[in-house]
Amino acid sequence: MISVQQVKYQYGKKVVLEDVTFTLPEGKIIGLIGENGCGKSTLLRLLAGVKNPTKGKIELGGQVITHQSAKEIAYLPDIDEFYPHLTGDDIFSFYQSQFNDFSKQKAEEIALFLQVEIDKKMKKMSKGQRGRIKMAATLGRNVSVYLMDEPFSGLDPMVREVLIKGLIKFLDGNNQTILLSTHELHEVEPILDGLLLLKDGKVASFENLEVLREDWQQDATQWMKKQYSKG
Amino acid sequence: MTVDFSRDKPIYTQLVEKICGDIIRGNRRLGDKMPSVREYALEVGVNVNTVQRVYKELEQMELTETKRGQGTYITNDRNKVDHLREQMKEKIVEQFFHSIEEFGFTKKEIMEQLQKQGEENK
Repeated sequence: MISVQQVKYQYGKKVVLEDVTFTLPEGKIIGLIGENGCGKSTLLRLLAGVKNPTKGKIELGGQVITHQSAKEIAYLPDIDEFYPHLTGDDIFSFYQSQFNDFSKQKAEEIALFLQVEIDKKMKKMSKGQRGRIKMAATLGRNVSVYLMDEPFSGLDPMVREVLIKGLIKFLDGNNQTILLSTHELHEVEPILDGLLLLKDGKVASFENLEVLREDWQQDATQWMKKQYSKG
Repeated sequence: MTVDFSRDKPIYTQLVEKICGDIIRGNRRLGDKMPSVREYALEVGVNVNTVQRVYKELEQMELTETKRGQGTYITNDRNKVDHLREQMKEKIVEQFFHSIEEFGFTKKEIMEQLQKQGEENK
């Protein structure tokens, strides 16, 4: 379980995140949504221990997250320049050398399921193929928390669908938590348990999706627009 | 293939209705084995937690039974399925009457129309 308490992040004079407080429940898939520039990527980097908050506290299972404890968290960054000279297989070997929880066999199985060859260099691959290798490498780790920054961004609908299926197939829904940022809300919605909405660097709302549909008869996109128009 | 859901109703209720429909139409028969939670989640493209809730709901409706270590099966009790059919019929007719009222049609003219179109569709 990750708990975030009154986190602030400032970059120079710019306040990117302010007074961010929430708890990520175990075994859920949560969508991190909000307009471009609202702080989604920064929040994920803080949770992954890549950056430290200016103020406030982030804990995983009661321990403050540092660069060290972040080893228990799998983080998929949104950069596309993912080791251009390496093949998928090289990347899996590199992951194995870095993370005790990584299973090369599992990563290969996932790559097979996602229908991507692992003996090609990343720079020779299409964006969709690189996206699949990144996903296979990330899910090849066996951890309790996965943070994914725009895993579906810029990929065609077929690739998005196969990645979504990969998430359903290879995650243990009861014990593993995912927080993923996305703009492809309509497609991703069926696999999400909840939505964490950021607005101007603050948590505007954190809702269970089935409750939204039941109580408000709204889909995620309608709801998000409504939250934004509240001013 | 992934199911296209209506986004303004809970996905679990839509899936419960879908499986009820399968049972009524006979696409799933008495005693048939259901796919595992994960298999079904993959088939329809939703979260595993959602399918767990669907399976729980079906079990509470006594339409399925879970045998320990073996999986989930459609009930062997024909009465349960007959009951479900009746319930569904009533529900459809209720909705039908509701829309008739909304438009202010009389039952008589609707009955006549039903008969007419029923003949044409034969």
